[in-house]
Amino acid sequence: MSVMEYTQEMLDSVKKVEATRKSRLSFTPERMTAEEKTEVLNRFHPDHREDEFVILGVGPNKGQKVPKELGHLLQSNSRLLESRIDLSKIDFDTDVLIIGAGGAGASAAIEAHRAGARVIIATKLRIGDANTMMAEGGIQAADKPNDSPIQHYLDAFGGGHFAARPELLRRLVMEAPDAIKWLNELGCLFDKYENGDMVTTHGGGTSRKRMHACKDYSGAEIMRTIRDEVINCQIPVLEYTSAVELIKDDKGQVAGAVLLNMETHDYLIAKAKTVIIATGGAGRLHYQGFPTSNHYGATADGLVLGYRVGVPLLYPETLQYHPTGAIYPSQIRGALVTEKVRSLGAQLVNAEGEAFMNPLETRDVAASAIIRECNERHLGIATPDGVGVWLDSPMIEEIHGEGTIEKRIPGMMKMYMNYGIDMRKVPICVYPTLHYQNGGLEINGEGFTKTIPNLLVAGEAVGGIHGKNRLMGNSLLDVIVFGRNAGKAAAEKAKEVEIGELTIQHVKDYAKELYKADIDTHDVSPVLLPKYARHVRPTDKYLV
Amino acid sequence: MEHNEERARVYFNGRRYNVPSSMTILKAMEYAGYTITKGCGCRHGFCGACATIYRIQGESEIHTCLACQTIVKDGMYVASLPFYPTDKRPYDMEKLKPTEHIMMELYPEIYSCIGCNACTKACTQNLNVMQYIAYAQRGDFEKCAEESFDCVACKCCSAKCPAGISHPMVSLLARRLTGKYIAKESKHLTERVEEINHGKFDELIEQIMQKPIEEMQELYNNRDIEE
Repeated sequence: MSVMEYTQEMLDSVKKVEATRKSRLSFTPERMTAEEKTEVLNRFHPDHREDEFVILGVGPNKGQKVPKELGHLLQSNSRLLESRIDLSKIDFDTDVLIIGAGGAGASAAIEAHRAGARVIIATKLRIGDANTMMAEGGIQAADKPNDSPIQHYLDAFGGGHFAARPELLRRLVMEAPDAIKWLNELGCLFDKYENGDMVTTHGGGTSRKRMHACKDYSGAEIMRTIRDEVINCQIPVLEYTSAVELIKDDKGQVAGAVLLNMETHDYLIAKAKTVIIATGGAGRLHYQGFPTSNHYGATADGLVLGYRVGVPLLYPETLQYHPTGAIYPSQIRGALVTEKVRSLGAQLVNAEGEAFMNPLETRDVAASAIIRECNERHLGIATPDGVGVWLDSPMIEEIHGEGTIEKRIPGMMKMYMNYGIDMRKVPICVYPTLHYQNGGLEINGEGFTKTIPNLLVAGEAVGGIHGKNRLMGNSLLDVIVFGRNAGKAAAEKAKEVEIGELTIQHVKDYAKELYKADIDTHDVSPVLLPKYARHVRPTDKYLV
Repeated sequence: MEHNEERARVYFNGRRYNVPSSMTILKAMEYAGYTITKGCGCRHGFCGACATIYRIQGESEIHTCLACQTIVKDGMYVASLPFYPTDKRPYDMEKLKPTEHIMMELYPEIYSCIGCNACTKACTQNLNVMQYIAYAQRGDFEKCAEESFDCVACKCCSAKCPAGISHPMVSLLARRLTGKYIAKESKHLTERVEEINHGKFDELIEQIMQKPIEEMQELYNNRDIEE
């Protein structure tokens, strides 16, 4: 254990936070008006920094803007362009191929298997190495008497700036209680009262307490349970095997994928009647240089595969920056500090000890307000790793009693204790971190893409479920609801599919389009793993 | 990273590197030039992918840790443990019952525990592993679930166990049994699912889906918020 002490400057500020804590316990800043929210978003949200985006020159979203880093990958060529792939040598032949093994992929696999289909999962890391595993705070569902799916719809639609696709959002809220029931019956250990009622709390932007949790390991508990079920079902999982390109047939349907064994670098051909893209998000592309709360594999691979085959993206220009990422110490920079810390009463406080906003604003508004506090008002706290604001965690124990932090957010406590910071006694320092890809591939209400027959998408790779911002607890929900649906739909559809001759002509066609548009990134995509390795010259004096 | 900061000599699979001493083992490996394909998952201590064993030069003790959560130390000999052969037994949750003999049937080796406590010492999450195995032996699944809740299945415990116990799989079974059979039913949940299945909200959801944006904005901005 290594003790990271706060700097003197930080400690001086902590004293100010402590001095105002008592009065802040009985004072919560008002929520912002609609006008105030619009103003802070327009001026400070990273999505509004025009110079960080690029206009696509090819593909279904030609003429529209996407983050620079994503644009680079979407407009790079396939690694198969130069290699000889023999599509007649089939390594795997299945009904349903699922690419990705996080919450959506695993849920899809279980349901497709239960529907009687032959299923294969391919994943570039291990099953469960996914953002689902890291979701801490909880999962929404309107299952209390004072709540309803209609109220849930209103919260999510408004929180997403009225941009969600109604047919997708309907599915999310109407099937939410059944998703919780399904997980509960699989043995997920939700927080419950003695009488069996679910413990539910608020999240940013909710109007009813509908956040269900498994302590602050909600996603981990869900993921390890459904992972165990996938293994119980004896569904083949090809780990360390990434999909590098979709395969089509001569009828224009999707017909499988070219896979890459990440260790041997051999290509494998998987033929399938239906394919589900469940590859998750893009935090590891570090848009605008932000740190990220995402897992190692979050590199937008599915968006690249889908886009190259002709599936349009919806809202790819909208990202979610989680307002409370750790900014200090540097070892956990970017790591998520769950919203539950705020749900439990911790306020956002500036260097002078003032609570500068209501802690339960939606994530985009909260992130923007924190950036404003630091960049415009200059009331942030300087740490050796950048400027942040205080999240006054000791308030939790003042409000709910001693022991609450250890009981309700043990993961957070452990994360900080690793570095000698006791969040029960001192506030923690936070700044927005790249958290979630609001946009993604466009699907219809049944989970299928509208452009490529038999191709489905589920989970974070989908665009339009949440609109342009997502509420806490709606992504764990979306991976389960849309994962299960995709699995069922893919299994059903597979019964009637007849595959023609396999082809990856679309890879060549895409290369021609790039050539015509005079675009050459000198790179290949999908990227598969982030490029974190530092390669040094042999003369580097530190390499011995 | 600045060149004038403190450095540490570490050995990755026996090869020596000089790295900034503030780095985690995971980041230090990347600093040394490795692109990690196995043994790296969430990078934030939740997934157990980066299980690692190390020894400090000149010391006798072998340590276990997560590479993403552990700062390098001078003289550290590091070996990654991206896979450890534990044994997960398949079962049908619908057919299991939370009785003591379930463990005897599926994981009988837990009764060969010799009480050496090596599992607890190896735990990267500071869990009392031997204690939760004891609860499992007695069929006290609820206590086993509670005691093991923070397990990230890094399998360091199993790697150290002389009895060959697959601890993370045992506690996972205990948690699933507790969640499914021991925790009380949430009646409000069962009722809401029935209401939805009987179409109680169908008309209302259709209505709200059809509303113009202006009306939705009005509704959203003036909705009442539960205290």
